[in-house]
Amino acid sequence: MSYKQFILVCGGTACESNKGIALFTALKNAVEAHGLVNDVQVVRTGCLGFCEKGPIVKILPQDTFYVEVKPEDAEAIVGEHIVKGRVVSRLLYDKNQSKTNVGIEGIDFYQKQFRIVLRNCGVIDPDKIDEYIARDGYKALEKVLFEMKPEEVTAEVLKSGVRGRGGAGFPTGKKWQFAAMQPAGQKYMVCNADEGDPGAYMDRSTLEGDPHSVLEAMAIAGYAIGANKGYVYIRAEYPLAIQRLETAIAQATEYGLLGDNILGSGFSFSIEIRLGAGAFVCGEETALLASIEGKRGMPTPRPPFPAVKGLWGRPTVINNVETLANIPVIILKGAEWFSKIGTHGSKGTKVFALTGKINNSGLIEVPMGTTLREIIFDIGGGIRGGKKFKAAQTGGPSGGIIPPQFLDVPIDYDNLAKIGSIMGSGGLIVMDEDDCIPDIAKFYLDFTVDESCGKCAPCRIGGRKLLNYLEKICKGTGTLQDIENMKDISEAMCRASLCGLGQTASNPITSSLRYFYEEYKEHIEEKKCRAKKCKNLLSYTILAAKCVGCTACARVCPVNAISGERKQPHVIDNAKCIKCGQCYDVCKFQAVTRA
Amino acid sequence: MANMLQLEINGIPVEVPAGTNILNAAKSVQVRIPTLCHHPDLPAWAACGICVVRQAGSPKLLRACCTEVTPGMKITTHDSDIVRVRRTVLELILANHPNDCLQCPRNNNCELQKLAADFGIREIPFPTDVPSIPVDNSTPSIVLNPEKCIKCGRCVQVCQGMQDVWALEFIGRGEKTRIAPAADVTLNESPCIKCGQCTAHCPVGAIYENDETRKVWDALRDPDKHCVVQIAPAVRVAIGEAFGKDPGTLMTGETYAGLRRLGFKAVFDTNYSADVTIMEEGSEFIERFTTNGTLPLITSCCPAWTDWMEKYAPDFIDNFSSAKSPQQMLGVLSKTYYAEKMGIDPAKIYMVSIMPCTAKKYEISRSENMFSSGHQDIDVVLTTRELARMFKSSGIDFLKLASEDADNILGSYTGAGTIFGVTGGVMEAALRTAYCLITGDAQPPAINFEMTRGMKGVKEAEIDIKGTKVKIAIAHQMGNVEQVLNSIREDRKAGRKPRYDFIEVMACRGGCIGGGGQPTGATDEVRKLRTAGIYSDDEKSKLRMSHLNPDVQKLYAEFLGKPLSEKAHHLLHNHYHSKKVYAK
Repeated sequence: MSYKQFILVCGGTACESNKGIALFTALKNAVEAHGLVNDVQVVRTGCLGFCEKGPIVKILPQDTFYVEVKPEDAEAIVGEHIVKGRVVSRLLYDKNQSKTNVGIEGIDFYQKQFRIVLRNCGVIDPDKIDEYIARDGYKALEKVLFEMKPEEVTAEVLKSGVRGRGGAGFPTGKKWQFAAMQPAGQKYMVCNADEGDPGAYMDRSTLEGDPHSVLEAMAIAGYAIGANKGYVYIRAEYPLAIQRLETAIAQATEYGLLGDNILGSGFSFSIEIRLGAGAFVCGEETALLASIEGKRGMPTPRPPFPAVKGLWGRPTVINNVETLANIPVIILKGAEWFSKIGTHGSKGTKVFALTGKINNSGLIEVPMGTTLREIIFDIGGGIRGGKKFKAAQTGGPSGGIIPPQFLDVPIDYDNLAKIGSIMGSGGLIVMDEDDCIPDIAKFYLDFTVDESCGKCAPCRIGGRKLLNYLEKICKGTGTLQDIENMKDISEAMCRASLCGLGQTASNPITSSLRYFYEEYKEHIEEKKCRAKKCKNLLSYTILAAKCVGCTACARVCPVNAISGERKQPHVIDNAKCIKCGQCYDVCKFQAVTRA
Repeated sequence: MANMLQLEINGIPVEVPAGTNILNAAKSVQVRIPTLCHHPDLPAWAACGICVVRQAGSPKLLRACCTEVTPGMKITTHDSDIVRVRRTVLELILANHPNDCLQCPRNNNCELQKLAADFGIREIPFPTDVPSIPVDNSTPSIVLNPEKCIKCGRCVQVCQGMQDVWALEFIGRGEKTRIAPAADVTLNESPCIKCGQCTAHCPVGAIYENDETRKVWDALRDPDKHCVVQIAPAVRVAIGEAFGKDPGTLMTGETYAGLRRLGFKAVFDTNYSADVTIMEEGSEFIERFTTNGTLPLITSCCPAWTDWMEKYAPDFIDNFSSAKSPQQMLGVLSKTYYAEKMGIDPAKIYMVSIMPCTAKKYEISRSENMFSSGHQDIDVVLTTRELARMFKSSGIDFLKLASEDADNILGSYTGAGTIFGVTGGVMEAALRTAYCLITGDAQPPAINFEMTRGMKGVKEAEIDIKGTKVKIAIAHQMGNVEQVLNSIREDRKAGRKPRYDFIEVMACRGGCIGGGGQPTGATDEVRKLRTAGIYSDDEKSKLRMSHLNPDVQKLYAEFLGKPLSEKAHHLLHNHYHSKKVYAK
C-alpha cells in the first residue's frame, strides 16, 4: 500500500497533554469519513520541538506546518487541505500565508537549528521500527558489526570529539576506552535517562520520538566495550517514553537487532529497562548504579570509576540519552564530518529545552558555538511581552545565572565554565526584568536541598543553610554578613562535597553574587526588590486621586486590610496587609500602587 | 613484594605500596589528616568532607580517605585554603549538632568534640538547627539518639557490612536523612542483635549503651540486698584504657578491688563459669561426636550470635549447644549453689555482671530459662564502659589500687576460662579438655592450639586426637558467619556428612575483647593488644584446662553430680526458638 499524503501529528508529552491524542483520533476519523484511508496515513510522531505552539500537525509531502491545532480543526485539515488542496491559513504560523507548502522555512524557530540528535523526531512514527530503518536506522550497527573492530569503533567515537551530554562533558570515546581496556568478562552498558533538571525534557523527547536511535547506540557501545547487557535507567514519571522504549525493544528483538547473535554476527546484546523513582541524585552515575542494584541512591567515591568497577562491580559505561543518539550518525557519517560541527573543544550539536520568559519555548538543537543571543532572540523569538532580558540559566540547578553581557559568547562546555555556568543536560531558562535574582537562586536551592541525598555533610547541611540565608534576604531581614557566610558555605560545598550535586548546588548563588550583587545589596540595605517579586519587601498604597471608591479592592482583600466608604478613596492598613497583591490585580483604575 | 609508589606529601618524599590511600600515606610520614566519618574497620564512606587535601595542578580537593595514591602525586594536606574549607564543613556539622557536650555520654571521648577543639572553634557562624527526633530506647541494650547523629554512616556500615544484621539503615532523604531501622520500626522490632558494634564505632554520642549504673548504685545502697558481681574475661584487658592504660593491660586484681570498694559483698569471675561451660559444652560435644548426634555442634556463649541465629538461621537450632553462656551459668549458680552454701536467701542476692558486651543486657531476660534459679538469675548487666564510669564517679583511684583476689567458690579460674574472651578461645578451651577426656591423657601434646588463634575471619582446622579427627571452624564478626553456615547447608543438601564437627562463633570482631560494650576506639591494633593480654593471662595461669579447676570439680561433687546431669540440665542449659524478622 502506498500513501499519497501523510498527516504527522506531534506525539510528544506536551502536545499529547494538550488534547493531542483527541486530535490524532479526530484526524483519523476525518480521513476515514472522507474515504481516504488508502491514500492518507495519519502518523503520530515524536516531538517536533515547537512546544510553544503545540499541538503541531505537519502535512507531507507539501511540508505544511500547522500550529495550535485543536481536535475541532481535524475536519478543516482533511476536508480543506487534503481533499481540496487549500491551505487552512488560520492554522499556519504566519496566518497571512495562503500557499500549501508553508513549511518550517518561514518560522524563525527552526532557522538556526541543526538536527542530529532530533533527526527523526517529528519525522517518524516512533512505534514503528520500519520507519526508523527506512531512515538508515540500524545501519550503523550493521556497519560496526561487520566492518569494524571494537577498537575501531571506540577510536571513531574518540575522534569525533563527542562529549557527554549529561552534564560534565567527559569525552565519550575515552569512557568507552577505559571500559574496553578492562579484562574481558561481564561488562555493562547503561543509558542514563534520569533527566531531572527543572524545565529540561530533551532526553524524554528523544526517547519519545526516536527510541531506536538510543537502542542502536547502546548496542554499538556494547560491541565497542565488550558488553552484552544494557540497562536504560529512566524515571517512572516518563510513562510515554517508557512505553515507546518497551515497544522499540520488543520490535528490535523481534527483528534480530537486539538479543542473541545480532544479524548473525555472533555479537549478542540485550537491553532491559530499570525505572527510577525520580530522585535527582540518581542522575549521578554512582548513585544511578546503586539504584539499579536495588540500593539506596547515594553516590560513592570515584575512583574507582564505573568504567573500571561499576554495576555489580563490573566495568560499566554510562552514557546519557542525547550522547547516545549522536552515535549512529557519527558511525555512518564519520568522525570527521561530526567534528566539523561545533567549536574547538565541543563538537556536534546540543539540544536545549528552551523555557521561561520567551516567546517560542520548545525543544531546539543547535550547533555548539551558537550564541545565547541567537538562541534567545532568533530561535526563541525574544522575550515575552516585549520585556527586557535579564538573565539566562543553563545547566539547571547546577548551572549559573548568565547576565546580558554574555549574550554573544558562543555556547560550549569551556565558555560556559568560564562565565560560571555549566552546559548541564541542556535546560535553558530565560528570565526577564520581572524575575528577582535572589528569588531565582532560592528556587534552585530549594530544589537541590530537596534533592540532596543526605549522605555528605557539606551538601546536606550547607544547602539548607544557604536556602535559609536566601529566604532571609528575600524577606528583607538579611545582612551583608549573611552574604559572607553564604560565600564560605558555597565554597565548602563546592570543594568538599562528594558528588556533582553538592559540588554545583551553590553555582546559582556564586554566579548571581558575581553578576547581580547589587540586587542582593538592595534587598538587604534598601529592603527593595526591583523585580517586585519578594512580597515582604513590597508595600501597597491607594492613590486617593485615582481611587473612585468602587470597593473592588476591599471586597477582594482576604484580611480586611482595606477600608473606605463607597465612592470615597479607600485606604490600606499596612499593619494588616499580607501583600498578596489581589487589590493591585483587581483595580481597574491603577489606583493601587506597589513599591 | 608490593608495587611501591613514590609521591610527595607536603614536600616530604613518601614511598608506599600501590593501593594505599592518601590518608595512610600521610600517616607513614607523621602527617595527620583530620577525619571524622572514616574508621579503619570500614571501607571509606566519604560522607563528611573533613579529610580533603589538594593535589598539585588540580583545583578540586580530594578526599584523602578514599583516594588512592598515584605515582608522582604532590599532595598538600594543610594550608590556609584547605583548612578554611575543612573548618566551614566542621562548622556546618556543629551547627546541626546539639553541642550539649556536658550532658553527653561521650563527653571527653567524642571525635567531633576533639575535632572542634583541634580546630579551635570558638563560635559557630551559622544559625543552629537541631532536628527534634525521639530517642529509641526500645531495646535493653542500645539507645539511639538521632539528634546527636552526624550521619557519618559508620553504624549503618557496621550493622549491614561487618555484622550482616541489617537493622540500621539511612531513612529519609537530604536534610531529613536519619539513621533508623528500615520502615522506621523501633530497634526492638528490627533484626537488631544488640551486639553494640554501632555504639563502639559511633564517633559521637548518637548511639550508645543503655546506661544502667543507676540501678546498681541503688542496689548497693539497699541494705536488704546482697550484691554480688562477676566480671567477664575481656573486661580485664580493656578497662584500663578508660584510665589511660595501654590496651591489653591486665587489670584483673584492680578490678576485683575496685568492685569491693563499690560495695559488692562478693566478687566472682565469669572465667570460673567459663570453665563450667567447658564441662557442659565439652561433654555435650563428646556425646554428640561419639554417638552420631547432630553435628556440627555450634557454640552458644554469645547472645548476639544466638539472637542472629534465631532470626536469620533457625535451621541451625538443633546444632546449637544447649549450654548456657558463662554469664548465665554464674548467675544461676550464685542464686542456687552459692546461696545454699552461704545460707543466703536467693531472693536477696542481687547479681550484677560486668560485660564487654551490650547484648548481655538482653540475654538476662531472653527466655524463661534465664530464671532457672527461681529468680531472674542476673539482675543487671553493666558494660566495661559503665563500670569505668562508676569507678570514676565513686572516687576510686583505680590505677593505684592494690590487686586483690576474687571471692571463693565462684571466683577461681583456669587459663582455659580466660581465653573465652578472644576469638577461638572457646574452641581452644574445649579442645584442651576434650582431648584429655577422649584420650584419658593428662594433657594434649601442645596446650596451645595455635590454629584457633588469630584475626582471620574464618579459621578452619582438623585436630588429630590420637587418630580421631575433629574438624573445626571458628568465625568471628557476624558478617563472616553466613559463609560457614552456607557450607554446612551445602553439605546437608548434598546429603554429605557436614564438613565441620564443631563451630565456634563470636559476633564481634576479635571476639569479646572487641565487644560492643568495651571502651570506644577499638581498631585491629587495639584488638591485637587486648588479645595478647588475654593470652598472657592464660600463659601465667597454673592450671590451663577447665576440668582441672578444683572449684569446678567441687561444684560437681557437691552440687551438680556430673556434667549433663539432670540438675545441670535444669540449671545450666537452655532452648532456642525461631524468630520472625524482615528479609535482609
